[in-house]
Amino acid sequence: MRIAVFITCLTDTLFPQAGRATVRVLERLGHELVFPEDQTCCGQMHLNTGYRDEGIALARRFERVFAGAEVVVSPSASCTAMVREHCSPEVASRVFELSELLVERLGVEDVGAHYPHRVTYHPTCHGLRGLRLGDAPLRLLRAVHGIELVELAQAEECCGFGGTFAVKNADVSAAMLEDKMRHVLDTGAEVCTAGDASCLMHIGGGLSRAARPVRTVHLAEILASTAEEPFA
Amino acid sequence: MSGWSFPDAAREALRDQQLRANLTNATRSIRAKRAAAVAEVPDWDALRDAGAAIKEHTLRHLDTYLEQFERAVQERGGTVHWARDGAEANSIVVDVARRHGASEVVKVKSLATDEIELNEALAAAGIAAIETDLAELIVQLDHDSPSHILVPAIHRNRREIREIFLRELDVDELSDEPAALAEAARLHLRRKFLEARVAVSGANFGVADTGTIAVFESEGNGRMCLTLPEVLVTVMGIEKLVPTWRDLEVFLQLLPRSSTAERMNPYTSCWSGVREGDGPSEFHVVLLDNGRTAALRDQVGRQTLRCIRCSACLNVCPVYERVGGHAYGSVYPGPIGAILTPQLRGVEEAGSLPYASSLCGACAEVCPVKIDIPEVLVHLRGEAVARKRMLDPERATMKAMALAFSTRARYEAAQRIGRTGQRLPGVERLPGPLRAWTASRDLPEVPKQTFREWWRERA
Repeated sequence: MRIAVFITCLTDTLFPQAGRATVRVLERLGHELVFPEDQTCCGQMHLNTGYRDEGIALARRFERVFAGAEVVVSPSASCTAMVREHCSPEVASRVFELSELLVERLGVEDVGAHYPHRVTYHPTCHGLRGLRLGDAPLRLLRAVHGIELVELAQAEECCGFGGTFAVKNADVSAAMLEDKMRHVLDTGAEVCTAGDASCLMHIGGGLSRAARPVRTVHLAEILASTAEEPFA
Repeated sequence: MSGWSFPDAAREALRDQQLRANLTNATRSIRAKRAAAVAEVPDWDALRDAGAAIKEHTLRHLDTYLEQFERAVQERGGTVHWARDGAEANSIVVDVARRHGASEVVKVKSLATDEIELNEALAAAGIAAIETDLAELIVQLDHDSPSHILVPAIHRNRREIREIFLRELDVDELSDEPAALAEAARLHLRRKFLEARVAVSGANFGVADTGTIAVFESEGNGRMCLTLPEVLVTVMGIEKLVPTWRDLEVFLQLLPRSSTAERMNPYTSCWSGVREGDGPSEFHVVLLDNGRTAALRDQVGRQTLRCIRCSACLNVCPVYERVGGHAYGSVYPGPIGAILTPQLRGVEEAGSLPYASSLCGACAEVCPVKIDIPEVLVHLRGEAVARKRMLDPERATMKAMALAFSTRARYEAAQRIGRTGQRLPGVERLPGPLRAWTASRDLPEVPKQTFREWWRERA
């Protein structure tokens, strides 16, 4: 299948490894990946902050850039949810978050990954409640060889990122983060994973500030890792 | 609310560790109970659809149903008053109480009367309003204000309640056992019920075709207020109507499970006008607008008026759980307050409230009348942005970013500038409004190569 990558501005700029991992997993499964280079941002930050005109203009731009794509994959549940809600159904119906594409659309659970680490999974709000991914990411993780998956308490609760919320209501955001970090640390995991680089940036930033030895790793990076070529 | 802002109020509330502990315990417990109560109903989602549809239909034809309700109440011997705002409603209630020479009125827990600050208006007229709901009584005795729609004293634990009772009630000895605390309140209230000539209530629902008013409660204090005094005054928001008696059936299922996680609430009182020898001999209903008509005009915002005040959205909200109800600066806290208060008072008054959410969506999942709270939050943020000055720094930044995202060339140039920027000394802490990020979180290191640079290089 020919799959276009919707990288998202955040992953492109700050977490390119999650994008590279997405490409590696899907190529390993025999798909052809393309990258429409005119893409910038889907408009989520503007729209959710109240800058509707700017957000919608960027959503329209997204529709034009991805008009010719047969299937689009994104390493972000949040940006996929934005596109699904605000772009035309013709385009929106062809955009999938990575775990959704793999499990629901391609019917794959075991992507041939090997990741010998203790990992806990945080379901992000837009994946859980926006896209209703259900246990698709967990099914992928359970099929990873060598992984030790540990359950996160209060997993379904928001980590406190929320885009500009993290800045506009920084104190509440930090209080929510504090609880999320405590639950992550309680699992004794070496790695906290999720399907959104934005939430991981927030959780990882907090863990790093608190000098905690837990790494945040995007789901795609775990799926990309093999015994021969560890990714993250 | 001038000078007030949610982030400031929230920061203050977050300092109170006892408050956070009380709230976490209480909301976690209610949350789990609600989930279990809802899971028992096989057609829960269809019930939510029905609740939403009934409310939506009523709001669309509210003018017709209000007049029908008015006629039905009058036919059954009640008096209907129309109040544009809180001041009008308060003066109507004060007049009725004065006419009967009342120095005290007993009250059934009512958000509408809290919204219009009726107790303060009565006090100014020399009339004491006695709250008879246990939690409302606790809050009133403590000269405090409610912090939750359904559990007004959720921010207090039983040791704190014992201290309030010892200080304010005529008791010498008291344990902090719930039964002992309830007994102390019961003895205090019993005398009030028997003495009062006038009672004031709110309404959970008004039925348009019969002029019936329904109050759902747990403690029985409402039943006392609604039946013992000679005069009853009900203050009801105009959005509380349902068209027919039969429509109540849907809400009799939706409301208790969503709010107290009960299959059925212990007391449901319904009355239509007056009846000789049974209950009050004089009945007034005050139909309160107070900003509701303005909310009804807003195509996105009007769904807020479907709210049946169950408080399920408060109990699942991660923001409410940490800051409590007082931080919302209104009798309507939590997610519903963040969308209702700006609509009732105007976005210019409460523009920071729509931002009091991470848009996590937990509220919309539990709402029994399917209010898309995140959608309304985002819509109201748009209203707040529209009122910003041209030179507002946030507005300028967002405009500049929109420009950077508008073409590939500008976007890639911005990526390069960002990378250089972080290499500058001292950028471990961000400047300006972004400083808030680095107060509790480290910044990710900007990678040497963007994804697109990698893609081009590998091609």
